[in-house]
Amino acid sequence: MIKKSGKVKDFNIGLTILLFIGSITILFPLYMALVIALKDPSEMTNDVAGALSFPSVLKFSNFSEAMKVTNFWHSLGNSLIICITTIVLSIIVHSLAGYVVGRSMARKKGFKFAYFYIVSGMFVPFAILMMPLVKETAVLGLSNKIGVILLYVVFYMPMNVMLYSGYLKNVPMALEEAATIDGASHWKTYWTVIFPTMKPMHATVAVLTALGTWNDVMTPLVILADTSDTTLPLAQLNFQTQFGTNYNLAFASYILALIPIVIFYIICQKQIISGVTNGAVKG
Amino acid sequence: MKTKSKLGRNRTFVAIIIPILIFFALFNTVPLLVGAFYSFTNYKGYGSYDFVGFRNYIDLFSDTRILKSYLFTLKYAICGTILINVLSIILALGLNSKIRCKGLLRGLYFTPNVLGGLIIGYIFSFFFTYVVPAIGKALHIGFIENSILASEKWAWVAVLIVGVWQAVAMNTIIYISGLQTIPSDITEAGMIDGANSWQRFWKLIFPMLLPFVSINLVLSTKNMLMVFDQIVSLTGGGPAQSTESISYLIYNNGMSGGQFGYQSANAVVFFILIVAFSIVQLVMSNKKEEQL
Repeated sequence: MIKKSGKVKDFNIGLTILLFIGSITILFPLYMALVIALKDPSEMTNDVAGALSFPSVLKFSNFSEAMKVTNFWHSLGNSLIICITTIVLSIIVHSLAGYVVGRSMARKKGFKFAYFYIVSGMFVPFAILMMPLVKETAVLGLSNKIGVILLYVVFYMPMNVMLYSGYLKNVPMALEEAATIDGASHWKTYWTVIFPTMKPMHATVAVLTALGTWNDVMTPLVILADTSDTTLPLAQLNFQTQFGTNYNLAFASYILALIPIVIFYIICQKQIISGVTNGAVKG
Repeated sequence: MKTKSKLGRNRTFVAIIIPILIFFALFNTVPLLVGAFYSFTNYKGYGSYDFVGFRNYIDLFSDTRILKSYLFTLKYAICGTILINVLSIILALGLNSKIRCKGLLRGLYFTPNVLGGLIIGYIFSFFFTYVVPAIGKALHIGFIENSILASEKWAWVAVLIVGVWQAVAMNTIIYISGLQTIPSDITEAGMIDGANSWQRFWKLIFPMLLPFVSINLVLSTKNMLMVFDQIVSLTGGGPAQSTESISYLIYNNGMSGGQFGYQSANAVVFFILIVAFSIVQLVMSNKKEEQL
């Protein structure tokens, strides 16, 4: 009994309250966006209290109107296609590259060079690649979703190859040697034995790639030539002038653009946080 | 038998890595070299061009707009990195102690990391344009009675606040994972020896946290130096180009301003700056870790 009550006292209630108060800094901007998105323009009187108070009538039609104005489903589709294809390709290509260089770089100079060559790409900012890439993708007929996807696969390669080859240091060689002795080809061994053991790393790579590509503005902004390829964040930029001073419409659109990633976050919170931590600490 | 299998393995590996390397070079090394090439020309982005030697690089250093953008970006990155790391260490200490609703609180504080910078910028733009001035008027705080986004002197602070608001999330999580590597008996021993919490932090916890400090410093400096989205949605580089970041300037003038060659030179300098920053930070943090 005594021990139990002692345990309860162990919680620092004051600190808990303080942290909840502090989280207002996180929640307030989101609250503000949400109430404005749900409000009729007539409620946005000149004083700020009108804008920040809870709406007297929830006006969900702001959302349907924003969907129509920004062609929401279309840009959501584009974002999903780009994001998911990039993740799948990254997991396949980067894990293969990470495996090949990770397993050989200790013995073969060529592979060691390949490893450092790819990883050094981490230092190259997009700003220097931007202008030449716009020309290059135009020449190759890649000023579209495919071009953006291919670029993402290249941009995330340095970090992901580093993560995969680092992870493989803890996977014993005996694993694939046993399979090779049984007569399986190296290619087959990789997919049946090695690839499945890297599952935790696949999750990390998927999370990092998803967050990075979903919120990226710069790459689609400069690469995509056709407005029908517009991604979700880019649509917010393109429709700024159309929103004008109709903040209710604009905020409804912002909320719509945030919803998919928030849902993803709520569902996969654990994987996302551990993925981001893994990526930073091991990368 | 075994050597044969090893040989086969090597051949398979080479066959796998060569196409990947070509693909990587095509969209990373080639544009990098092309950019470096154009930095020695007066190319406008279209039409013909001439070689101008180091002209672009010399001009960069006497161009006030360029200097202004470097000054802004460095100021933003340095202030941002300090603020982010101080705030996230404090937050991580709080979120790692014995509190209620730990999972919920950690989840809340991490949220800004998953939200896109552009949209967050738009939301904060409303906040700075309408909400902050209203508070300023109510409390009679002079300099925020008008939107700070319209102030040449203060607009960069608004951009900084948004940048820090988003970046603290990531660094906090990394510091928490750092704090979890510190065995609790170390701090308990400190407590028994009579060290107060301030001493315990600086003498026991902080030294063990140093590897994570270096990760976070590299991470936040690099992200802050490349600021772009928040500029687009908050200020568009204004007012009077006071918040024009290097990336934004390269984008703006290089893509549509007919300065392909000139901004390529700017981008090369920016690239060297990023590499130098990363190397200095890594060397410095390695030295510190060795001392321990």
